[in-house]
Amino acid sequence: MSNGIAARADLHEHVHHPALQHQFSSMEQQQETATLGMWVFLVTEIMFFGGLFMAYLVYRVWYPEAWAEGSVELDVVLGGLNTVVLIGSSLTMALAVRSAQVGAPRATVGWLGITMALGATFLVVKGFEYAHKFQAHHVPGPDFVFEGPHAKQVEIFLSLYFAMTGLHALHMVIGIGLLSVITWMAHRRRFTPEWYSPVEMSGLYWHFVDIVWIFLFPLLYLVDRAHHFV
Amino acid sequence: MRPTYSIMSGHIAPARSYVLIFALLMVFTAITVAVAFTNLGAFNFPVAISIAIVKATLVILFFMHVKYSSHLTKLIIGSGVFFLLVMFSLTMTDYLSRGWQTRRATEASGIRHQGSGLSQGSGGGHR
Repeated sequence: MSNGIAARADLHEHVHHPALQHQFSSMEQQQETATLGMWVFLVTEIMFFGGLFMAYLVYRVWYPEAWAEGSVELDVVLGGLNTVVLIGSSLTMALAVRSAQVGAPRATVGWLGITMALGATFLVVKGFEYAHKFQAHHVPGPDFVFEGPHAKQVEIFLSLYFAMTGLHALHMVIGIGLLSVITWMAHRRRFTPEWYSPVEMSGLYWHFVDIVWIFLFPLLYLVDRAHHFV
Repeated sequence: MRPTYSIMSGHIAPARSYVLIFALLMVFTAITVAVAFTNLGAFNFPVAISIAIVKATLVILFFMHVKYSSHLTKLIIGSGVFFLLVMFSLTMTDYLSRGWQTRRATEASGIRHQGSGLSQGSGGGHR
């Protein structure tokens, strides 16, 4: 594709940036189109997670006691640690985009590396939490055991916990895969201050996944904790 | 010869502004945890959600550069949030009001409502 553009460039009156595709009139327009397209995708993601948040809300209104009982079973320390790790990874992602903007490929690679490491840390902590849930038989299904007056309803809470955090973790895995490609491209000096759209777009995706967790943490780990100990 | 292409006009924020946003996000995280262990009665949930919305807004505006994005991009994001709220509010007007209908019918007929579990409304849920 880029060969075609390069070949076509000499037919034009002035020289185009090799990354400018012929359907766009300027790099600026191309960038804006990419941003808009990425956000249209993220809006579909909002609705995708939105359905799960809707289910959460309906069941929470139905079973507030079970929600409190289920929530205190989750580890606030690990959840809080993961919140710090993930927001930290958003910071390093923003700095990676900034490095690409100012044309510092080494710094871009470095920040992307830290971002992926923090993402992996998040998944490892999540893995420990899941493992503990399996050991405690708190995984919904035939082996589910829960001591308490609302065991069946707590099972629904934990089903939503696994569905929401599982889908979120899947997005993290995809995000790390995405960033490893971007890191490789940055390492090969593929980005310039004129063209760094892939860094910016994967950044938008990464921040979106961070935002989902910003809502999941209070809704799953912190809900009704104060009332439960009254 | 220097090419005459126009460069990408992305907004380049100073690195310290990102660190400042990160610090703010950490402060809000600490507040939301502290609030979770403080009994505010019915206000715990709205406060937790409000803090999460503030945090998400900070990420969207600054980390995702939406503050400097085009009006069209902002419109797309706004419409996404709008339809999410439409889904939440229309669904909850149904679920939260089911109990009212049941109570009125029960009072009018003087017999205990034997309806499906869905019509028990928002009180304590079904046990």
